[in-house]
Amino acid sequence: MGLTKSSSGAGVLSEIFGRKAASKNEFVVALAGNPNVGKSTLFNSLTGMNRHTGNWPGKTVDIACGSCRRNGMDYSFVDLPGTYSLMTHSAEEEVARGFICFASPDVTLVVCDATCLERNLNLALQIIEMSPRVVIAVNLMDEAEKKGLSVDCALLSSMLGVKAVPISARKKRNITELFRALEKADMHRADIVRYPTEIERAVAMIEPDIKYLLPEELSPRWVALRLLEDDGKTISEIEENIGVNLSGDSALSSSLLRAKEYLASCRMTGEVFHDAIVSSVVRTAERTASKVISIKKQDYDALDRKIDSVITSKPFAYPLMLLLLGFILWLSITGANYPSRLLSNVLFGFEDVLAGVFHSLNAPQWLTGLLVFGMYRVLAWVVSVMLPPMAIFFPLFTLLEDVGYLPRIAYNLDGFFKKCDACGKQALTACMGLGCNAAGVVGCRVIDSPRERLMALLTNCFIPCNGKFPTIIALISMFFVPHGNFLSSVLPTLMLTGAILLGITMMFAATKLLSKTILKGIPSSFTLELPPYRRPEVGKVIVRSVFDRTLFVLARAAAVAAPAGMVIWLMANTELGGVSLLNICSSFLDPFAKLMGLDGVILMAFILGFPANEIVVPIIIMAYMAGGTITEAASIMEMKALFVQNGWTWVTALCTMLFSLMHWPCSTTLLTIKKETGSLKWACISVLLPTSFGVISCILVSSICKMFI
Amino acid sequence: MNISSLSELPVGRISEVLRLNTSGPMRRRLMDIGLIPNTRVECLGRSPSGDPSAYMIRGAVIALRREDASTVIIKKI
Repeated sequence: MGLTKSSSGAGVLSEIFGRKAASKNEFVVALAGNPNVGKSTLFNSLTGMNRHTGNWPGKTVDIACGSCRRNGMDYSFVDLPGTYSLMTHSAEEEVARGFICFASPDVTLVVCDATCLERNLNLALQIIEMSPRVVIAVNLMDEAEKKGLSVDCALLSSMLGVKAVPISARKKRNITELFRALEKADMHRADIVRYPTEIERAVAMIEPDIKYLLPEELSPRWVALRLLEDDGKTISEIEENIGVNLSGDSALSSSLLRAKEYLASCRMTGEVFHDAIVSSVVRTAERTASKVISIKKQDYDALDRKIDSVITSKPFAYPLMLLLLGFILWLSITGANYPSRLLSNVLFGFEDVLAGVFHSLNAPQWLTGLLVFGMYRVLAWVVSVMLPPMAIFFPLFTLLEDVGYLPRIAYNLDGFFKKCDACGKQALTACMGLGCNAAGVVGCRVIDSPRERLMALLTNCFIPCNGKFPTIIALISMFFVPHGNFLSSVLPTLMLTGAILLGITMMFAATKLLSKTILKGIPSSFTLELPPYRRPEVGKVIVRSVFDRTLFVLARAAAVAAPAGMVIWLMANTELGGVSLLNICSSFLDPFAKLMGLDGVILMAFILGFPANEIVVPIIIMAYMAGGTITEAASIMEMKALFVQNGWTWVTALCTMLFSLMHWPCSTTLLTIKKETGSLKWACISVLLPTSFGVISCILVSSICKMFI
Repeated sequence: MNISSLSELPVGRISEVLRLNTSGPMRRRLMDIGLIPNTRVECLGRSPSGDPSAYMIRGAVIALRREDASTVIIKKI
């Protein structure tokens, strides 16, 4: 984690989140738990909108921090990545383990799913072993009751030695009690999980020598086990973060040597040792769960199994996925039409007001042009074109995520990914990419194998994101849809679905290509959990996805669109020898673009659209009109007339669509790829890969079409 | 022959884990999800693409690819 040695508690928060700590008395609570147990719901209901976060919010890939005040106390909650265990070395487990061990939260709150307690206890037991103050929140008690399961939390508390509070995060039930437990949390026993006698003896041999080296916040028992296990990576993490030299301590070294010799004499080494550790935790979870859970209905999960047997079945799985994709796209397109028009009327109306203000202030012509007709116009276009479909798409996507459908998509598609030597979880990141490729790239962290993660990361922008939809839809409506009948409402959706399917096919092709060339390797093993289905909370989903995702992505697009608007205006209005810079550039690109079935202006628009894909069509219109600024959203037929005047045919439209589907990632995505891979080389490959696919397919399609026309 | 590997367990059948035939991180992960000796596992279904298969392991549904499931040695019951 790279925390400085002195930092702890509230100090760490200011270091991670770049904010100043509220006070020294701030009470820091780390939220840990398996994925999909309502951890984020709890986090949101505790902290509201009052939070700071690094990357893609809404999904806890990065850690988010939020605060609240209760009973005169300042609380900070840190939402750690959801993990099933803390024993392996995936990125998410390392972040969670690092925070729990080294950031010294006042309490670690482990959120468990009452409907799947045994599995959740595995993590809870590991955290109890490593962290001195723990509270367990048994969430989804209402769901469990409905399924005929009951959990005896009093018994659970006494068995684990830490307070277990039954809650329902979505209904905000028992939250007061949860806070009381957090305040009262005190040092507890670390030896709830008992290991075979040989291991316990070895731990006892070295624990006294470890104890005085460690701060109170780190359990010596846990460190002893890591030392005996020879877990070098964790040990160096400990040494780095705590600032102790465990391997250099002479007393510890000699007792550790003795302990290891003893273990060797009992043949408790290597795999046998590992096995004993893991099985002891699993068995303790099993024993605990069997005592505290009473099952009233044996087939409590019958409904889930029935749903699974339909949506993952051979005849229905793929048609259902297609239908769902088509439906979401249709809803995003048709539902967005009216608000889009309304927004653009309002925003472009305001442009005249703005220009008037500039005029009355006697602002120079170029300033008005740059700020109003350059920056504001592009901004207005991006907002009115992007906001409505996103405001529909993201809540729908979040809904599917909440219900538990996304892992089923990964399950259904894994066979295809395996054929490309890739990981099935790439399906999840591809789904995210439909919303925003940068988000999809960050989402690739869920893939453990570095090779497979890179493949998912480099191919994510083959999935057209929201920002490309308007371009593709505009081209479809102009050139491929007969107007005036009912087909004109359904056909664009069908064709967009087709375009996305083509994108997905190309993603598979690119993944396969990578796995056969620069990223050779065999698929690593993976486990994919299919969580129980949950009834989503529609209201909260809408609020969360609008605030966390829609506005976040929109703000990012706006931030890059504004300067882009100015650059475009400058290029269109700076003349060299009577010709605008924009025209000079586009005539330069023209010969090559023609080869691809495009023209110089279109290719130029894609290059200028690097900050945001949404502005490609507006730039084309602007360049054709030679007006020097992006025009208002004229009617589709006027746009078509303009395009046809400039030599467009359906082949041009087809090639433009293909290139829109496959070219370099947008600036935000590229920056994210650079950040995630930490290497310029992979960032360059992420540009070259889709661009070469795009160029080649455009040249192929246009030359084939030319042969027949 | 009631002893085989988890990948050969037919849909709807229940088995008991005997041992794991793998080492390293995957062994760790399989044990972590609860596949230790004497654990009951039911095969719930197969992905429409043929692989992976879904298994009920200790109250959780987990999908495993054929290669990985084949390292889990089981006894059908």
